[in-house]
Amino acid sequence: MAIEARIIPVLLLHKDGLYKTKQFNNPKYVGDPVNAVRIFNEKEVDELLILDIDCSKENKEPNYALIEEIVSEAFMPVGYGGGIASLEIAKKIFQLGVEKVIINSALSKNLNLLSEISSIYGAQAVVGCIDYKKSLLGGTKAYFTNASKKSNSTPLEWAKIIEKAGAGEIMLNAVDREGTYQGYDISLLKQIVKAVNIPVVVSGGANVNSDFDDAKQAGASGMAAGSMFIYQRPHNAVLISYPSNYFYN
Amino acid sequence: MQGLRNVSAPEIISARYADARPTLGICIGMQILFSDSDENGLHEGIGIWKSSVRKLEAPILPHMGWNTVQFKKESNLRNEIRPNPRYYFVHSYFVECNKQEDVFCSTDYGKEFVSGFEHDNIFGLQFHPEKSHKYGMELLANFCKI
Repeated sequence: MAIEARIIPVLLLHKDGLYKTKQFNNPKYVGDPVNAVRIFNEKEVDELLILDIDCSKENKEPNYALIEEIVSEAFMPVGYGGGIASLEIAKKIFQLGVEKVIINSALSKNLNLLSEISSIYGAQAVVGCIDYKKSLLGGTKAYFTNASKKSNSTPLEWAKIIEKAGAGEIMLNAVDREGTYQGYDISLLKQIVKAVNIPVVVSGGANVNSDFDDAKQAGASGMAAGSMFIYQRPHNAVLISYPSNYFYN
Repeated sequence: MQGLRNVSAPEIISARYADARPTLGICIGMQILFSDSDENGLHEGIGIWKSSVRKLEAPILPHMGWNTVQFKKESNLRNEIRPNPRYYFVHSYFVECNKQEDVFCSTDYGKEFVSGFEHDNIFGLQFHPEKSHKYGMELLANFCKI
């Protein structure tokens, strides 16, 4: 068997609780993060990504105690993003038992951080996160820090840059689709998969299980989803779900 | 290697090996038991086995995600494990283990490589049993009984 694409719940930390946003706005409280991780653990998720959406914006370090509590519940790989501003911070995160750090904001100032971390922990431990959206003028661009700072690069250009800089994986996050259930941005995904030789995890817009098939077909190594696994529709009541063993049945 | 020497790892591992005390290396913890690795420059390993750690050949690296193994020998490590197990891999380098009798299991990614070995109660697993749900838990439980 070849390696299987991963279906990855993404959990957002805000004020140390579990929240869900839509297009990076209006964070809604959905519960206790440790409890949510426990449920996802029981559902045997392929991998879990935890993103603290306050750290970079407020220029603060990760909540190490909370991350440690979360990781101790997880019998699956965990990636963490939010406030990874230096090698020292990344080291502390790895010591808690996290497999990968996800970096976005810091790359606006210091691309070398990717290779600094990957030279010690290996490229597999470093994920470069591309948050992209349409800008008012000038097409689609990669953004930093909760999509508040625009870069000069398109997501495709930025993907090549961060691969070269030492990222071992790319998280491709469509800001405009987040929480909207309109499906993944398959056309950009295809372009990026073609342009790089590292795994690409697509994120933003997951709606139904067939979206995972489409993304896998397009070459994604992983498919991330938040709302789809946290909410039950039509009224977005909080109810955690996950298609366990989706690609293994 | 300097980091390993700082914590006396070569002495500890060699002593355990000499006494055939159960020892399990996971991921890079398996790779350090071999002679050398060329990940980010050539680095010496503890060298219980005279094989090298080299880069995988595959279109997409790292090899990251869930994959299966083909078991190559009988072992207490896989006593009564459930069928069709899968394990979480995350690595770009692999062990060029050239002693067939020590190969516990292999995996296909790009090409077939040794994903586990066993020799006199020293075990190495390239994948992460501690991150592989019930499948990994079974291996770890078996290891604890050895």
